[in-house]
Amino acid sequence: MEEADHPHHEEHPSYQRHHFESVDQQFDATNFAMWLFLVTEVMFFGGLFASYLIMRNWYYRPFVEGSHQLSIFWGTANTAVLIVSSFTMAMAVWSAEVRRKGTLLLCLSLTLLLGFVFLGIKGIEWHEKWEKHHVPGIHQYSIAAFLDPASDPEVHKQYPDDQPLPYDLAQKTEQYFFLYFAMTGMHALHMAIGCGILIFMIVRAKAGAYTAGHVTFVENFGLYWHFVDIIWIYLFALLYLISRHG
Amino acid sequence: MSEQHARTAENEHHIVSPKTYLAILFALLLGTALTVLASYFDLGEWHIASGLTLFWNPVVALAIATCKATLVVLFFMHVKYSSRLTKLTVASGIFLFLVLIGMTLADYTSRAWGRW
Amino acid sequence: MSAATIVSLPDQATARIPKMNFITKENGLLSWLLTSDHKRIATLYLISITFFFFIGGALAGLIRLELLTPQTSLMAADTYNKVFSMHGLIMVFFFLVPSVPATIGNFVIPMMVGAKDLALPKINLLSWYLYVLGGLMMLYTMSTGGVDTGWTFTTPLSTHYLNTNVVSAALCVFVAGFSSILTGLNFIVTIHKMRCPGMTWFRLPLFVWSMYAASILMVLGTPVLAITLTLVGLERIFHIGVFDPAFGGDPLLFQHLFWFYSHPAVYIMILPGMAVISEVVSTFSRKRVFGYTAVAFSSVAIAVFAFFVWAHHMFIMGISNYSALIFSLLTMLVAVPSAIKIFNWAFTLYKGSITFETPLLYAFGFMGLFTIGGMTGVFLGSTGTDIHLTETYFIVAHFHFVMVGGMLMAFLAGIHFWWPKWTGRMYPEKISQFAAVVTFIGFNFTFFPQFILGTLGMPRRYAAYPPEFQALNVFSTAGATILGVGYLLPILYLTWSLKYGAIAGNNPWQATGLEWQTQSPPLTENFTEIPIMDHEAYDYEWLERQQEKEVASVG
Repeated sequence: MEEADHPHHEEHPSYQRHHFESVDQQFDATNFAMWLFLVTEVMFFGGLFASYLIMRNWYYRPFVEGSHQLSIFWGTANTAVLIVSSFTMAMAVWSAEVRRKGTLLLCLSLTLLLGFVFLGIKGIEWHEKWEKHHVPGIHQYSIAAFLDPASDPEVHKQYPDDQPLPYDLAQKTEQYFFLYFAMTGMHALHMAIGCGILIFMIVRAKAGAYTAGHVTFVENFGLYWHFVDIIWIYLFALLYLISRHG
Repeated sequence: MSEQHARTAENEHHIVSPKTYLAILFALLLGTALTVLASYFDLGEWHIASGLTLFWNPVVALAIATCKATLVVLFFMHVKYSSRLTKLTVASGIFLFLVLIGMTLADYTSRAWGRW
Repeated sequence: MSAATIVSLPDQATARIPKMNFITKENGLLSWLLTSDHKRIATLYLISITFFFFIGGALAGLIRLELLTPQTSLMAADTYNKVFSMHGLIMVFFFLVPSVPATIGNFVIPMMVGAKDLALPKINLLSWYLYVLGGLMMLYTMSTGGVDTGWTFTTPLSTHYLNTNVVSAALCVFVAGFSSILTGLNFIVTIHKMRCPGMTWFRLPLFVWSMYAASILMVLGTPVLAITLTLVGLERIFHIGVFDPAFGGDPLLFQHLFWFYSHPAVYIMILPGMAVISEVVSTFSRKRVFGYTAVAFSSVAIAVFAFFVWAHHMFIMGISNYSALIFSLLTMLVAVPSAIKIFNWAFTLYKGSITFETPLLYAFGFMGLFTIGGMTGVFLGSTGTDIHLTETYFIVAHFHFVMVGGMLMAFLAGIHFWWPKWTGRMYPEKISQFAAVVTFIGFNFTFFPQFILGTLGMPRRYAAYPPEFQALNVFSTAGATILGVGYLLPILYLTWSLKYGAIAGNNPWQATGLEWQTQSPPLTENFTEIPIMDHEAYDYEWLERQQEKEVASVG
């Protein structure tokens, strides 16, 4: 896609900043900058993943039984929601590249909607944890469900082989939930910021900002959105899936 | 200046088609279904050596997750069509992440080996 | 010292500061606070970090005053803990980490690569605002009781057993960390994507290579500190977490995560200093840096190896023997590239035409003191000796030798070296040489006794100590007073030079490098036309031909 307004020596597109020699250089530089930022995010979440892996190693049974408290249904639903939202985001970038404003608006709106659905489902899951007193540190964390699995019929039906934990190990389930909330909370925070930026982008897209050849912002935001999706893919595996068979 | 033009961003000039995106979407959803399905079964373990056992469930779950992540990175994030620099940046991030986890876990694991 | 000098100033009777430069371009406070010009941002940073340096320095003064007597005479032990913690936090995060990168780096890198600005000017401004925000939060933390965990926030002391401003301090370091990440990110993008035509990687000044390596460390390492401090804050607020044994956590997990950043952090602090030294040594020996490729690659090697050695801060903390062995071996490896650079600078000086202007005096100080500091690091990297030397004054001396004798001297070398370019005026040479010598003497008196104290067994972070250590401590405090004078003088004469210094002209040092081909102070856009780089780095023959051409065209 050659730029229709290929920059002449003095003239350049209005969106080209003065310290850049060409739009290509500007795109190149900002794209690279976004990738570097994503690498910082990898290292940021890396600390959380490292903590989780080590604590799970130390407190295997509490972490397994803590994980059994999570809803596979909602987790899978959220995973599907985010994957589809990644698709719609990729389509949004495509729409900007081929300059289809209508499609762009549709895709951005769908992405935003799916983002809200994700956060809504997260809210449902967290609310459930709150009700069951599985929120660590505040709201009287309860180890009753782990001292006696039969006292929690919903979970007990899914995992009938779960043995009662000794008191000290039952207390360690609070560690599991601390990491659960830290990791999903940090992820949800990133999602929320993404949703905020999406709203901004929809407003700008309506004004035609991204369908005149200047796709940088959409493309770079797309990278961020896909990254948040990837984090969730790993969170889903680590928090929900790997402990279903202790 | 002409060098900058020559080194244009391949992303901008190679537009990935919606068909590709659709295919990747289905692959990702399939992967999700697979990984959830796999979690319903106890896949057993592999006794490598005394005291060293590998449980297959986590391995399979993480392997599928990595496949999904790879598809997202290569196609949705256009890394397949990106410059070597981008690929190197992604690789270095993953590498360092593995160093953090690997060397820290190595400390924890080797504590159990006692003093020489 | 001989009167020989390479300084070449324009005729002072007729010379003027160029009317149009980045300082005069726009007026008013807002034009500075909302600028996107990397040179203005560098100036803002210079003022801010100088401010924090003096606060950190005042705290150092308090430490040394307290340590004049074996008893806790000046302040309670708890207060002493706060004083050294705040000293460490301010000096590390608000002075050393941003010192060269955010001031000299911001100022000079775009010009060195031949660009009009950094790749992301607004992000650059944001990084300064984050620094200021972090700094204000630090001032708040200090004024509401401070923090006494040591700069290392060791858990579970910080999360469970203290009632000081841990969360506030952690938050301000978090914010300052992001300032650092954005600076590093900007540099990496600029160096990759904004080089002018002809500027291949191996024609870049070695300053850029070292800054590039430091930027990689900033971008990859700092986020781990961010998440670690977040977890510390969460644990402290919600009384549950992964670092406190009372909840089943592991203090060593904190240390692994903390030092994963904080070891690369020391290289974040020293690599920019090494960057300056490469430029200064070359200019004042009129020779290209010996072994350009070796110096360039050793900078990157330092950055890579920096990530593999962090647990050498944890040898006595309970890591496994096998871990200690591996990390100790890797630590020996990381010393090698640093040593390579010292050798290369020494060989640059060999058979060069050396003149002893102030930047080179500071560079000599760097080379000697950093070598001593670095070699004592090898003692500490070896587990057997580390067991005895760790947590004593030996460590304190070691890191002050590399950070103050090394990095701070390099910073001063750089400030003096680029001062004429930055302000258009020369600083007064005689008094600055005097200040450099005073600093060197004061430094040695302050910190060399601390090596001895450490080997004798005086622990660090203690307000009281056995009486037999008093003599050396008094000696050290006396040295600190001299050192203080040495640091005060530059503030005075550099400020003086802003009004009364000699006009510098474009290239008073007759240095190579694109920044010296522009006016002093530079234009806002650095170059009227993007330059084309057609010669190698440190090409003094090219410079001579340029000067001949100028003479020919004027005459």
